[in-house]
Amino acid sequence: MVRGFFYALNLMAAELNEKAQILDQAGIQRAVTRIAHEIVERNKGTSDLVLIGLRSRGVDLARRIAKELKIIDGADIPVGTLDVTLYRDDLGRVGVQPVVRKTEISFSINEKRVVLVDDVLYTGRTIRAALDSLIDLGRPRLIQLAVLVDRGHRELPIRADYVGKNVPTSRQEQVQVLLTEEDGVDGVLMVKG
Amino acid sequence: MGLTRKDLLRMQELTADEIRLILDTAESMKQVAGRDIKKVPALRGKTLINLFYEASTRTRMSFEIAGKWLSADVINVSTSSSSVAKGESLKDTGLTLQAMHPDIVVLRHPASGAAEFLAKQLAASVINAGDGAHEHPTQALLDLFTIREKKGRLEGLKAAIVGDIAHSRVARSNIHGMRKVGMEVRVAGPRTMLPCFIDRLGVEVFTDLERAIADVDIIMMLRLQIERQQAGLFPSLREYSRLFGLTLPRLKGAKSDVLIMHPGPINRGVEIAPEVADGPYSLILNQVENGVAVRMALLYLLAGAPQAG
Amino acid sequence: MRILIAGGRVIDPASGVDEVVDLLIEDGRIVRIGKDVRGARSGVQGAEPPDASKGRRSKAAKNSESAINVDRVMDAAGLVVCPGLIDMHVHLRQPGREDKETIATGTLAAARGGFTAVCCMPNTDPVNDTRSVTEFILDTAKREGAVHVYPVGAITKGLRGEELAEIGELFESGCVAVSDDGRPVMNAELMRRAMEYAGMFDLPVISHCEDLHLSGNGVVHEGIVSTELGLHGVPSASEAAMVARDILLAELTGARLHIAHVSAAESVRLIREAKARGVQVSCEATPHHFALTEEAVRGFNTNAKMNPPLRSESDRQAILAGLRDGTIDVIATDHAPHTAQEKEQEFDVAPFGVIGSETALALTLSTLVASGVLPLNQAIAKLTSEPARILKLPKGRIAEGADADLTIFDPDRDWTVDAFGFASKSRNTPFHGWELKGGTVATIVAGKVVWEA
Repeated sequence: MVRGFFYALNLMAAELNEKAQILDQAGIQRAVTRIAHEIVERNKGTSDLVLIGLRSRGVDLARRIAKELKIIDGADIPVGTLDVTLYRDDLGRVGVQPVVRKTEISFSINEKRVVLVDDVLYTGRTIRAALDSLIDLGRPRLIQLAVLVDRGHRELPIRADYVGKNVPTSRQEQVQVLLTEEDGVDGVLMVKG
Repeated sequence: MGLTRKDLLRMQELTADEIRLILDTAESMKQVAGRDIKKVPALRGKTLINLFYEASTRTRMSFEIAGKWLSADVINVSTSSSSVAKGESLKDTGLTLQAMHPDIVVLRHPASGAAEFLAKQLAASVINAGDGAHEHPTQALLDLFTIREKKGRLEGLKAAIVGDIAHSRVARSNIHGMRKVGMEVRVAGPRTMLPCFIDRLGVEVFTDLERAIADVDIIMMLRLQIERQQAGLFPSLREYSRLFGLTLPRLKGAKSDVLIMHPGPINRGVEIAPEVADGPYSLILNQVENGVAVRMALLYLLAGAPQAG
Repeated sequence: MRILIAGGRVIDPASGVDEVVDLLIEDGRIVRIGKDVRGARSGVQGAEPPDASKGRRSKAAKNSESAINVDRVMDAAGLVVCPGLIDMHVHLRQPGREDKETIATGTLAAARGGFTAVCCMPNTDPVNDTRSVTEFILDTAKREGAVHVYPVGAITKGLRGEELAEIGELFESGCVAVSDDGRPVMNAELMRRAMEYAGMFDLPVISHCEDLHLSGNGVVHEGIVSTELGLHGVPSASEAAMVARDILLAELTGARLHIAHVSAAESVRLIREAKARGVQVSCEATPHHFALTEEAVRGFNTNAKMNPPLRSESDRQAILAGLRDGTIDVIATDHAPHTAQEKEQEFDVAPFGVIGSETALALTLSTLVASGVLPLNQAIAKLTSEPARILKLPKGRIAEGADADLTIFDPDRDWTVDAFGFASKSRNTPFHGWELKGGTVATIVAGKVVWEA
């Protein structure tokens, strides 16, 4: 009994040590709302605006932003899904190939103001892949980038236009974004490596 | 979940999960074909060699397009099968190829087992694009993809494969593939073209076409090699087509939503009547289109596979 | 040169002997057999034979031998000493394909496998269908061969199946049988005449039974494996139909028919029935046909490609039953060397044939004797006295005065087949890496040790 109690206590302590919550549900909601407002402000409205989320949590965030935009501006902003696997720069190096999923963009992106949405901005390589992929799909008027968390350590000259929260991290740490749509709960956690 | 094998040599060795992964990946690849810019950089810097010892327009083109849409460098080597006996041995060809460091070699060869043989010589991935009467796995995969696309599922479906089963690599690969994904398979043809113990592969055997195609969801007609007449396997084209040709009146006995497939090239009026080949249930052209997507999926999945030393 | 083989278990199927005795060899002959030979030699130590009747002979031996040196004593304790093995079916490839094998390497491989005599098939280049080729083989064998070589002459000129070869001359120059091995005589009329003609010289006709139309371009047994691998199959009926034909022709002509490398259950049945009717038919089975099935072909293993092909498990069981009940008289290897580059090809293109000289005895001991299919003396009979009987060779027995062709083997030695250690020039064995029981210790031909472990 006693041993079990201390064991549980230790486990909780380990949990606390290794995972720190950066954003809770309300924090995520505030960040999404603020990003939506900034998008409207920066683009002077929502005309020609489309949102394209990166698989998979970027898509959920894009849908949430679209909902906010509807509230703010009353407009139905189209949301597309982008899978950048075929554009990754590490294919054939990592052993087993990552699963390729569908890109689902049911509208033309030509001459559109495209806001790319992803959960975490880190090295910037995924965004590079997304930019190349978008250019193959059409010729947008401009592309902007929205992320929930920017954790630094860029390896390419890429910068987000909208950031939910800047989080200084070490390379050993991991940032986990949990969204109700995928994970059943909202939250951003930092996990020590 | 990924493909961890070096080569794709036969359907017999694939698991149901591997088949599903290939078909799912092919679905994503099919989107690339629908775009204005039909090219993704996934295989940039990879070299694909199409080594064809038999004439084949559609399979070679299909692999070539698949490779190019994935940005691989594609080289086509065609050798007539007659020069196999006189010229360089397949082993030496393999060693020569190896010296050029290809990443993937696609082999079509008239001898059963040739792909397995080449795979042992090469560090590169080898894709069997048809070896003798043994297997033609990419054809079976594109057939499964086409069926799934039309029917929304594979499990529980019933298919009849009709024609020269004995000499057909398409039949063998489809039997293995369909059985693995939970389909029921029948084979039908003249007794002279049904190989012994074929039932041990888990298929029902018919020599009566009408009985074979009753209540199946898919009818897969095989190309009749006209030369088989000289080998005494059937008396005449006329009699073959009378007994085993798929015609509209015959089709009346089948399900109303039955799908008709054929690996091509078709002998119009022999194994399949023109009005059936061009009819509403014919998937023959879908098969060709899907061939590219399935081969893109395979090239992509094998490009990450560990290379042998 | 005198050699004493001491303390071995001597098995001579011809006389039924199976006991621990010594053998004394001198001038190429067995000069003495007995428990007391050792006693005679070491008489100074005062060893007395226990048996009085043999004791008398022993004293005589002691008197004669105490004056003579024995050049060598081979300790055969725990080993089997048997008549030199006879392989009545090998391909030595010389003349013509010395890149695959020569008379020198092929006979050394035979010696290493425990064989003291081999019969070489006529499908050389040129074909052994004339005196000059037979004499070339015999001369070369005498000069370079490790073991006795008995040529088999062709039935038809050039093995073309069109005209009879000069069988009389082949007989006179030393051929012990005739065969168009590898090329069945498809013309039944010609086969009938060959049997009648060979019968004048009491030469057995060795038939490679195969209906070429039924075989077509088959490369493996027609069965589940051919169906799965998409390889052209050779039905069992291809062999059995010809076995039936040749049995009928042997009945018609009264000739002695020997059927080579029986592979199919139907053939065993036909031969069993023919023997029961009194037809002069004998036959052989190869180690690969009693040890392997069509399953060995999987993976397109060209070292499991031979003609007749490896058949199904039920065929293999029929071969075992035929060996057991005596329907199958002989175990022969059909040793068929091919170069690595010929075998390292597509299955359809690679040549038929596997080598067998260096694994036959161990496969017989491991597959037949250890599993109880055959008692040891019967297994040895099928490798010694039986081929000698069929070919009318003065070999295959242990007796005072007989030729000193002897094989000494260790029935309990475990070893792993390593094709790269073979004496044969070729490596095309399906048994590479197999763990076998029973190995040759020494092979003695005409009183000389030609191979020793």
